[in-house]
Amino acid sequence: MHGRPRKASKPEDEAASAAKAVKLRSLQSQFMTYHHEKIYTKEAIELSTKLLEINPEAYTAWNYRKLAVEDSLSRIGPDPNLVKPILDEELRVVENALKQNFKSYGAWHHRKWVLSKGHSSTGNELKLLDKFQKLDSRNFHAWNYRRFVVELTNRSEQDELQYTDDMINNNFSNYSAWHNRSVLLSSLLANRADGFMPEKRIPDEFEIVHQAIFTDPDDQSGWFYHLWLLDQTVNVESPLLTSSWPSHGSSVILSGAGCLNGPPSNVTTFCSETGSFPLILYFDQAVGGVSPLTVTIDSELKGNENLVWEPISNKSSQVSCVWVARLKYFSSQPCGSKDHKVKVRLGNSPGIVSSRGYNFSAPYEFVFTVHVQDTAEDSHSQESIVSWTDGFELWDAQSKDLNSLFTLDQLNNGIDLKWRQAAIDSEIECFRLLADSKIGKLTLARLLMASEAMTLDAAVKGVYYEEILQLYNDLMALDSSHHQYYKNEHSVAFLHKVTSSSESLSRHLFRYRDMNNLVCLRLNKLSLSRIASVEKLLFVQMLDLSHNELHSTEGLEAMQLLSCLNLSHNRIRSFSALDSLRHVKQLKVLDVSHNHIGKHSVDTTRYLCSSPLSNSDWSQDGVRGQNPGLVTKYWDAYFVLRDLNLKQLDIAGNEIADDEFSSFVLQVVPKLVWLNGQKPGN
Amino acid sequence: MSSTSSSQMGQLVADKHVRYILMAEKKKESLESVVMDHLRMNGAYWGLTTLDLLDKLGTVSEDEVVSWIMTCQHESGGFAGNTGHDPHILYTLSAVQILALFDKINILDVGKVSSYVAGLQNEDGSFSGDMWGEIDTRFSYIAICCLSLLKCLDKINVEKAVEYIVSCKNLDGGFGCTPGAESHAGQIFCCVGALAITGSLHHVDKDLLGWWLCERQTKTGGLNGRPEKLPDVCYSWWVLSSLIMIDRVHWIDKAKLAKFILDCQDLDNGGISDRPEDAVDIFHTYFGVAGLSLLEYPGVKAIDPAYALPVDVINRIIFTKNDC
Repeated sequence: MHGRPRKASKPEDEAASAAKAVKLRSLQSQFMTYHHEKIYTKEAIELSTKLLEINPEAYTAWNYRKLAVEDSLSRIGPDPNLVKPILDEELRVVENALKQNFKSYGAWHHRKWVLSKGHSSTGNELKLLDKFQKLDSRNFHAWNYRRFVVELTNRSEQDELQYTDDMINNNFSNYSAWHNRSVLLSSLLANRADGFMPEKRIPDEFEIVHQAIFTDPDDQSGWFYHLWLLDQTVNVESPLLTSSWPSHGSSVILSGAGCLNGPPSNVTTFCSETGSFPLILYFDQAVGGVSPLTVTIDSELKGNENLVWEPISNKSSQVSCVWVARLKYFSSQPCGSKDHKVKVRLGNSPGIVSSRGYNFSAPYEFVFTVHVQDTAEDSHSQESIVSWTDGFELWDAQSKDLNSLFTLDQLNNGIDLKWRQAAIDSEIECFRLLADSKIGKLTLARLLMASEAMTLDAAVKGVYYEEILQLYNDLMALDSSHHQYYKNEHSVAFLHKVTSSSESLSRHLFRYRDMNNLVCLRLNKLSLSRIASVEKLLFVQMLDLSHNELHSTEGLEAMQLLSCLNLSHNRIRSFSALDSLRHVKQLKVLDVSHNHIGKHSVDTTRYLCSSPLSNSDWSQDGVRGQNPGLVTKYWDAYFVLRDLNLKQLDIAGNEIADDEFSSFVLQVVPKLVWLNGQKPGN
Repeated sequence: MSSTSSSQMGQLVADKHVRYILMAEKKKESLESVVMDHLRMNGAYWGLTTLDLLDKLGTVSEDEVVSWIMTCQHESGGFAGNTGHDPHILYTLSAVQILALFDKINILDVGKVSSYVAGLQNEDGSFSGDMWGEIDTRFSYIAICCLSLLKCLDKINVEKAVEYIVSCKNLDGGFGCTPGAESHAGQIFCCVGALAITGSLHHVDKDLLGWWLCERQTKTGGLNGRPEKLPDVCYSWWVLSSLIMIDRVHWIDKAKLAKFILDCQDLDNGGISDRPEDAVDIFHTYFGVAGLSLLEYPGVKAIDPAYALPVDVINRIIFTKNDC
């Protein structure tokens, strides 16, 4: 099937293969007769041997041989001297078959089956494996079989690590050896085996993999191993809290649905119809176990005894980086204006665990103030259309809200950062020497990003971003096939840069007068192809991402305060790409006009959207009952829009947005007030 | 794709491929057919799906195919690769997929087939290929795909099945056939597909795996299956569909890949090979056309990246709520 040259067949060849075909057909028929009639004579078994010699892929013949062996064993009894020759014959047949095709699943499995019977010598197996390694060091069947034998013989992980050493020293271009090394080493490090402390071992491994990368920078064998080492260096095992909303030391004004049209203040104002506000916890990795038992809240706000913590993730997942609880702030009696301190504590009781099994252990607490205000009676302001062009004012850069964003970095105090920073600095020095190659530039960019993430010193923070952005620009030119990968990384670095200081962030912050000075972040016309740094943007209520190159809202699910989102003039291809917005319960205003919805036959977010396709959402309702055809045709628009509580939606300028679709939307979102800038029914 | 005209990169000789498939189907006694006798069910799935993608499924006799399929079913409920052979999960899925193409799943005793498949799940959540116990994440995918098409996914322990697949995740973000096994594009497709169908893609580190996958694109524009190996048209399916399922397909050069696939065609006799100028076969013809479908090549119907069947077939099956 693979690697045979294409050539016109000559008559002699055709005659020869026709003859072979007839012979093989006759063998097959005879074999089938023996198999179906359960004939296990010596002659019959020999026929199957012949068949497998010619065609080791004939799986039924391997099954037959197992039945023949079981038949023989049942008749001769348990005497090992009688059993061994029978099993040895099977091993011989397998070895012959493997000579024909050393990638035959049937042959390898038959060998495992024989070995599992326990009468064969495992010493031979390692010798056989060495033979196959020399023929093809990348044969994954052989490596898998090696793992099987190692388990049978209880060989130590250290010995197997030494084996990968030998393989790599022999030829560094052996990805299979590097892979096996990573498996063994991560197990030895996790178990803190003798001589396997990360702070000594990881720098040693960096040295070893350098030889592979520097000898031939275009050979990928060491690239992924190096990336794994970098991950081990940068990522602390136990989970940490990256950010929260409200953040430590901040103040929030809370009021009801009507909201107030008061003077602009330097403090975030949050209005809610339900009288509750989201308390958001953003961790550095996915964790489970966030609950009232593991997170305690001290405050005077009433009605929060049975708080429910939700992970922001799809339905079948119990873990997430982002957890939200909704704290009630209105009591039954009007209370006038009042300040309440809220203290949140976590890490005092065990229970918050990362998906890799490590506990959140460092106790941490943060305190913020909420100022609850009575609502005005008039709630009509919710119905007026939101404009993305008028009514904005710059936000004061001195706002305390922004300063408090950057205090959480102190969480990462100590936690053996020294060896990590030293390793990164050493790697940076090394890779500057490889700055002409693709892998050199890419690794350097990643190392500089890692260094930025680790830097606690505010004076030095942000120093590398210009260089990182330049490296990604270089890579886009150097390796144009992967242009979009580097473009995405560029956008991520750019957003990290924007959010790296309150000064740079505030240049993009505005207040929207018509909605009680809602905080608006403007990131339009920046060629952004990817969303990032959301942990620093949890306070944002209005987000303008128009005129960029986004094709999905992946990452926005954490922005629980978001009520207005502008995604016009981007590259959104389907409603399934907006699935993450289903978690943003506050969202009222959405502009996806002038995108590519309906233009493409391939949906790249088809399985990243909760729906019956991913066996995630079967719920029926009236719309689905009455319009099954349209629900199938516009399935993703149906499932996504149904979960949003939109008042204002813009879909003009998308191929999908014809009359049929627009009227379908109005059925799915009956509470919509504005569609494409008009009131429906006009 | 819309920015590159098809004439610049070569043409898809669809009619020739259709003829190649129809002729291969008839040549039951050629050496190639006889050698592949035991996997005819897979071959039928590859050939018939390709025909449907090119909108030519009507050129075969549905009755002939369906009655042959049923001769391959065992009393256990499983299907064999061909009449007379033993049942196996591989051929059971192909049989169900072919019936799905013809909208004839209803002729099956769905309870029987689904029980055969469900019965192959082991305690640790993994799946065996048949009664002889070979374990491989390919079989996890096959079981999940098959049972989902039969609307009987609740007959297995989905949570444990997912747990086993996740245990096969490697440090490079990819997946192997068993825990600790090296990442390979074929296995990655199976694991990502299984996670997609069970709504469990949150277990995939999309950026890490996406980078590993996009680096499969070689200077030729074709994709290989793992680092430092040669490009092969079949990876146009396994790598490409994986990238699409995790929404990272924009990280490769789609136009270059399309050109590579088109260069693997036998423009005279039809059929597609693993590499340019190599011998063609049904296997690579299917993966080449399926790959072009994922690249939105004009004249090819859209294919579902998880089920490997046309989107219209899957939407028809999934959005009608009939339980097992």
